Amino acid sequence: MLAFIIRRVAQALFVVLAMVVIVFFGTYVVGDPVWMMVPGDATQEQVEQVRREFGFDKPVYLQFMLFVADVLQGEFGRSYVHGGSAIGLILDRMPATLELAFVALVMAIVIGMPLGLFAGLKPDHPAARAIMAGSILGFSLPTFWVGLMLIMFFSVMLGWLPATGRGPTTTILGIETSLLTLQGWKHIALPALNLALLKISLVIRLARSGTREASLQDYVKFARAKGLSPRRIVGVHILKNIMIPIVTVLGLEFGSLVAFSIVTETIFAWPGMGKLLLESIQRLDRPLIVAYVMVVVLLFVTINLIVDILYSALDPRVRLAGKNE
Amino acid sequence: MTITRRSLAFAGALLAGIAAMPVGAATAQELKIGLAAEPSSADPHFHNLTPNNQVARHIFETLISQDEFQRLGVGLAQSWKLIDDLTWEFSLRPNVKFHDGSPFTADDVIFSFNRVPNVPKSPAPKTSFIRGKTLEKVNDLTLRIKTPSPYPLMLNDLAQIEIMSAKAAANVTTEDLNAGKGTVGTGPYQFVEFVPGDRLVLKRNDAHWAGKPAWEKVTFRFIKADPTRVAALLSGDVDVIENVPSADVTRLKSDNRVTVSSALSNRLIYLHMDRLRDDTPFIKAKDGSAIKNPFNNLKVRQALSMALNRQAIVDRIMEGEAVVAGQLLPDIYQGTSRTLKPVAYNVDGARKLLAEAGFPNGFSLTIHGPNGRYPNDTKVIEAVAQMFTRVGIDTKVETLPPAVFFSRASTGGPNRTPEFSMILAGWSAGTGEASGSLGPLLGTFDAQAGIGSANRGRYSNPEVDALLKKALATVNDGERAKLLAQGTEVAINDVGLIPVYYNKNTWAARKGLKVIGRTDEYTLAMSITR
Repeated sequence: MLAFIIRRVAQALFVVLAMVVIVFFGTYVVGDPVWMMVPGDATQEQVEQVRREFGFDKPVYLQFMLFVADVLQGEFGRSYVHGGSAIGLILDRMPATLELAFVALVMAIVIGMPLGLFAGLKPDHPAARAIMAGSILGFSLPTFWVGLMLIMFFSVMLGWLPATGRGPTTTILGIETSLLTLQGWKHIALPALNLALLKISLVIRLARSGTREASLQDYVKFARAKGLSPRRIVGVHILKNIMIPIVTVLGLEFGSLVAFSIVTETIFAWPGMGKLLLESIQRLDRPLIVAYVMVVVLLFVTINLIVDILYSALDPRVRLAGKNE
Repeated sequence: MTITRRSLAFAGALLAGIAAMPVGAATAQELKIGLAAEPSSADPHFHNLTPNNQVARHIFETLISQDEFQRLGVGLAQSWKLIDDLTWEFSLRPNVKFHDGSPFTADDVIFSFNRVPNVPKSPAPKTSFIRGKTLEKVNDLTLRIKTPSPYPLMLNDLAQIEIMSAKAAANVTTEDLNAGKGTVGTGPYQFVEFVPGDRLVLKRNDAHWAGKPAWEKVTFRFIKADPTRVAALLSGDVDVIENVPSADVTRLKSDNRVTVSSALSNRLIYLHMDRLRDDTPFIKAKDGSAIKNPFNNLKVRQALSMALNRQAIVDRIMEGEAVVAGQLLPDIYQGTSRTLKPVAYNVDGARKLLAEAGFPNGFSLTIHGPNGRYPNDTKVIEAVAQMFTRVGIDTKVETLPPAVFFSRASTGGPNRTPEFSMILAGWSAGTGEASGSLGPLLGTFDAQAGIGSANRGRYSNPEVDALLKKALATVNDGERAKLLAQGTEVAINDVGLIPVYYNKNTWAARKGLKVIGRTDEYTLAMSITR
């Protein structure tokens, strides 16, 4: 187990390093950030002054070496645009994004699992067909469009929910959250649903195919023959067995919920790190982009690790240490 | 940007079908404003950019104020006089208090001017506004400013430097100011909090010298996505929004729950032509063979200007939210020409001029421009290309992300020269008068003197340079305006660049609120009344 974790961490460090190099040089190739910083009417002299101040006048390999030297000293660079520590800016925004992703994940499970189970148990029921058709829409409708539709319908036409922003936050156990107030839930409902839509569809499909497969298995037939109640068959024997692929996929999907909440955060003006990333890319704020990539890579690696450990808990046949021997 | 662009169309389509629409009434004393762009800091000297400056105008004041037409007026300085050609004397407004209760004096002005060049890692410092100025305190409420040579733009520069409290802001960093430490000014509103990515909150300064401001609390929400900003207004999340997407303007205007107001902007959208090289990289004969740069021929430049149907661009693409342009700034500004008019659309005339210039069959050209920097920029470039193609110039369009475009358009060529043959770009005169456009856009490029800094066509005309130089040394307003107008006429008649249109800035507010639009694109709580 320990060897497994150490190996994972080493791999993670390599991935982080590779990503940093790619992103650093990638953003260098895109353009000179100075033009996104100075006002339109800046004089040549001002432009050159800013380029010198930020070291954009140096050759790229030198800029990279200076950056690496900073990182080795624990300084991950300061945002060009905001002036503050890049990692700090991202960590400030992270609770909002995690909160959104978490609520979306819970929605995916709470809405997706029952619908998927139903569709798997009664595949020919008209409602099951409707669910499956709906899940195709969930997969194929673009997130930004659905987001706008939700805003138009629930905020503009019905006036039930606010269109933008995050509710008032409170800090509890060191975690900043907006989920303790009704106002907070009103604000998060639409963006979380928008973000969850694709995952709900995914869970429906996974749960349905898992259920259909499991209901034909011998142990289910045997349980039925034994006269167990349908509730127990579904709740224990089927559910437990279809959980494995769902946990794996959702674990990975949580990473993508966090990393790619960009569109949802932008549409709903949700003050998370995805919105920050989008703005940083437009402004070529390289330290922020690099820091974001580092944070997200670490997040993915951590999630994968947790998923692997959960996996072994759910399925005794999987032994982490044994896997690599 | 694709997301925003595409979703914009959706939003437009959606708004059409909405009949019952609750536009919420906010609490009487609170004003919520949806901003399209977020300030990068609450430090007024950190980043010289519109989103930062407009927020700073609430908290801090300047010695000279600018009204909604950028006309200069009294601010923290209540009067001034020229002692000699090089010395200005300002008498400061008495009995002005900072938000922390301390009095405003000449020391605060000197402190602020000394702070400007010493803001670390400033992405766009305000140093050009303090350059060459020596401040000298006469007494607490009298200040002299000396310059090495006569300097007519003194007041314009002073309108750009926010005065901070020497006591409260001593030794504070940009990060301190973002957190509210030392964010103390004399302005009508006081800093409450700044949550990057989300909002900036202000409260009323009851002790403001000009009287009690209208709003008890002002909240700026940062809503970058265009359709969401419109939706936030319609759903009552905010009371006022700026930068109404042009696709939605017509619809909102016909909605009796919303009032739309607009103001002519000082931003010109124009075409610059490569005048630096004899062989320009993005122009070829139609058969692909190399030709000499046709833009060096005045008739070709005139033909291109004539080929543009400016009115059609304004009506169809900008949905009326723009005004056809015939010079560098709308003629409400000082130093603009009274005689220059937009060149009339004339396809036959353009073809004839091209033939006379030796290009009866035209040539092929690629126009470059930014994608997502100005409203509808890509569509405008595409329309321009079609109009050029109609007079026989095969025109291709290449749009780039703004960061890439401006970097290549300014320094992408050999030896850090401009790279492209023709570009579409925008320019706004920060000074609020004509030299702020003529110098950067059409003055001969001179990195040392800071002239021609946006002259990406490298147009150079000694006559224009001489008039500009003379104007910049003329302190008398009327004479300077005359010289600048003359310089503009020479440069525009020589087609140094092709003006296309002036943008309009648009605001939408819930019924019952009145927004006084500003030419400098600022959205100020002070301009919003019931």
